[in-house]
Amino acid sequence: MDFLFQPWHWFVSGFLIACTMLFLLLMGKKFGMSSNLRTFCAACGAGKVNSFFKFDWKSDVWNLLVVIGAMLGGFIASHYLSATDMPAISDATKASLSSINISTENQYLPVELFSISALSDIKTIIILVVGGILVGFGARYAGGCTSGHAISGLSNLQLPSLIAVIGFFIGGLVMVHLLFPLIF
Amino acid sequence: MKKLLFIFIGLCFGIIMYKSEAASWFRIYEMFRFEAFHMYGIIGTALAFGILFVQIIKRYNVKSFDGNPIVIAPKEKSFSRYLLGGIIFGLGWALVGACPGPIFVLIGAGYLPIIIVFLSAALGTFLYGVLKGKLPH
Repeated sequence: MDFLFQPWHWFVSGFLIACTMLFLLLMGKKFGMSSNLRTFCAACGAGKVNSFFKFDWKSDVWNLLVVIGAMLGGFIASHYLSATDMPAISDATKASLSSINISTENQYLPVELFSISALSDIKTIIILVVGGILVGFGARYAGGCTSGHAISGLSNLQLPSLIAVIGFFIGGLVMVHLLFPLIF
Repeated sequence: MKKLLFIFIGLCFGIIMYKSEAASWFRIYEMFRFEAFHMYGIIGTALAFGILFVQIIKRYNVKSFDGNPIVIAPKEKSFSRYLLGGIIFGLGWALVGACPGPIFVLIGAGYLPIIIVFLSAALGTFLYGVLKGKLPH
């Protein structure tokens, strides 16, 4: 049982993610997490303001159930299946973290960004808000996120998904290499 | 019953995301710096089995549990929306270290500031809906 409590090997994790997609396909659905954001907007009444959100969101309730499950899974994994330790990232990454003032004696997420006390700094709030808006806007503009494009779309050998994933990496590389030194 | 099954699939997915460390900001940062194989191993393995599963479904016309054919709708043809949307998404993914799946997982794990990320992502989705007609697709 000890292996359950250790961080899981990438091969096991990758295989299980593919199984998640397979089960959703067998259930007659698809694997895509960002659609829930649109469903959430629709459920909040955004359809009254904009036709993009005027759809039968109740037919997507299955996906909201997956999300509720994912939250429960996060709770179980963090409380009962692990120490909330910092991942064993490479030494090179640790060295670069100190240059952007993020401690390497840390938790699962950096306390400098994701602890309640970090919220007293307006800069942290701006980072979280801007990052969230980019994720939500970009995912819908691109028609999917990591699950929909990088896993489902590429598994189906779809060219649009390859273009989107290349875009994900262009954006990610620009952020980490060019913008992080300015932000942090 | 079927509802419980969806919650169960999500629950497994949440545990996988957390335990694989794909939901950790640190792993995303490391990935974009090409300093470890971990995330590439996860995505590569998921993709290899994903392609295999989809090919099996297509070749043997595997039906869903309720007997219907499994159709994976092709995405509409375009270049700009996937590239531009992808770049915007990638900027955000690297900044907050979480894509939509892990956002929900991390809220469940008790990281309350992620709720700000979630609400902002919903706002971003809403802004896309408002600006949709003015963007190149």
